[in-house]
Amino acid sequence: MISDMNFLQRIIYILQNYGMSYLKGAGTTLLIAIVSTVIGCIIGFAVGIVQTIPSDKTRDSLGKRFILKFFKIILRAYVEIFRGTPMIVQAVFIYFGLSQLFGIQLGMWKAAFLVVSINTGAYMAESVRGGIFSVDSGQMEGAKAIGMTHFQAMINVIIPQAFRNIIPQIGNNFIINIKDTSVLSIISIVDLFFVHKSVAGALYTYFESATIVMCIYLTMTLVASKLLSLWEKKLDGDDNYELVDMMDIGPQLKKERERK
Amino acid sequence: MEEIKNILEISHLVKSFGNHEVLKDIDFTVKKGDVISIIGASGSGKSTMLRCINLLEIPTGGSILYHGTDITNPKMKVATYREKVGMVFQNFNLFANLTVLDNCMVGPVKVAKKDKKEAEELAIKFLKKVGMEAYIHAKPKQLSGGQKQRVAIARALAMEPEVLLFDEPTSALDPQMVGEVLNVMGTLAEEGMTMLIVTHEMAFAKDISSHVIFMADGVIEEEGSSQEIFEKPKHEKTKAFLSRFRNL
Repeated sequence: MISDMNFLQRIIYILQNYGMSYLKGAGTTLLIAIVSTVIGCIIGFAVGIVQTIPSDKTRDSLGKRFILKFFKIILRAYVEIFRGTPMIVQAVFIYFGLSQLFGIQLGMWKAAFLVVSINTGAYMAESVRGGIFSVDSGQMEGAKAIGMTHFQAMINVIIPQAFRNIIPQIGNNFIINIKDTSVLSIISIVDLFFVHKSVAGALYTYFESATIVMCIYLTMTLVASKLLSLWEKKLDGDDNYELVDMMDIGPQLKKERERK
Repeated sequence: MEEIKNILEISHLVKSFGNHEVLKDIDFTVKKGDVISIIGASGSGKSTMLRCINLLEIPTGGSILYHGTDITNPKMKVATYREKVGMVFQNFNLFANLTVLDNCMVGPVKVAKKDKKEAEELAIKFLKKVGMEAYIHAKPKQLSGGQKQRVAIARALAMEPEVLLFDEPTSALDPQMVGEVLNVMGTLAEEGMTMLIVTHEMAFAKDISSHVIFMADGVIEEEGSSQEIFEKPKHEKTKAFLSRFRNL
């Protein structure tokens, strides 16, 4: 019987009987965290870019300025609301609210992706805004001086640099998402934390199960942060460069293009 | 004889920041092939005037005619105008995320909508002109100041502008790097490039300019040929300013 075993034996017993459930739970957690972080980043970039569109009193028409202002207020509200309320409450609010008010049965999976994505989006929007402001203003002037529009300068010059600057924030959000998806058990998502609650409840092994779950969460976040730092290094590129002999620039560049 | 056309006509240009009037009633014209140096003490409005011409600062009043069209009109497409009026900055402002080659290609490809091959040839042609063709794979952070500025000049040239504006192009450089940038600018002037140069390099200005503008306190105090300004300045302020550069 499990009550006769010591701590280690209990852990082994749990793993033998429920190991797959934990793994599946961890898989669910990772899936939601990865997908929602990606969608959240896209939302964040879109919001951040719109929020930093300058409005020119003399050159933009009144209508354009009004629409821009309107969108900025809406986006501001979105950011404040979703940063300012707990995700667990948002999950309940959206999952039950949509079905009660509008009769939309979203299903718990869609609701889960939706909640984590828009939550991440709200945080990322602020990071993106900060990232854009952190790029030296001379970069925008340089881009404008060769005839780029605000949008072209953003896409070709500012966003790539802002993106590099906010990768640590993206990693941060990803790790937060791995942990915080645990609150989704409130809308019956069977993630790692849900598995823990079920197993612990069935066997009365709260400490042992928690130990297992702690280890799994920590493994996931450590691996994630290592992968992210590798990605950063890769994006920074080589510190060295090769001088090109212009005599054979043709073939050199051709090789380059083929590699791309 | 065919009359040489005015590329730019600046008249009654005024620029204020809040209630501080930086430029007061500036008038001058730029003809094709002109090399105009703009000299004067720091804070006299030289850079602001240059930035107004490129609309990086929006003028408070007056007009800037580009081939007869007022570009300060809010309905003008600023980006299209800027393609034709290149600018070289004190701090280079090379795109930090792009290689030297891409810095010079991004304008022709994205703005002028040239195809990649043509843009590449154009970029390399101008990088050769400034002697930076060996560095096409380098990123701006790996270059020295003088090298950055030469790439910045190539980037501006790759847009094939009608006029090039230089905003203190050598002020952020170590003394030994100033020469390489001035050499490039000298070559451009000889080839007939129309240039407006804000500079503190008096010997260079004297040498290269077809026309010199001396500014003080937001107005053009005196203007004339290089000889007139540097050898026979009429106004007291000009004399006082130039007396600080004895070795001319």
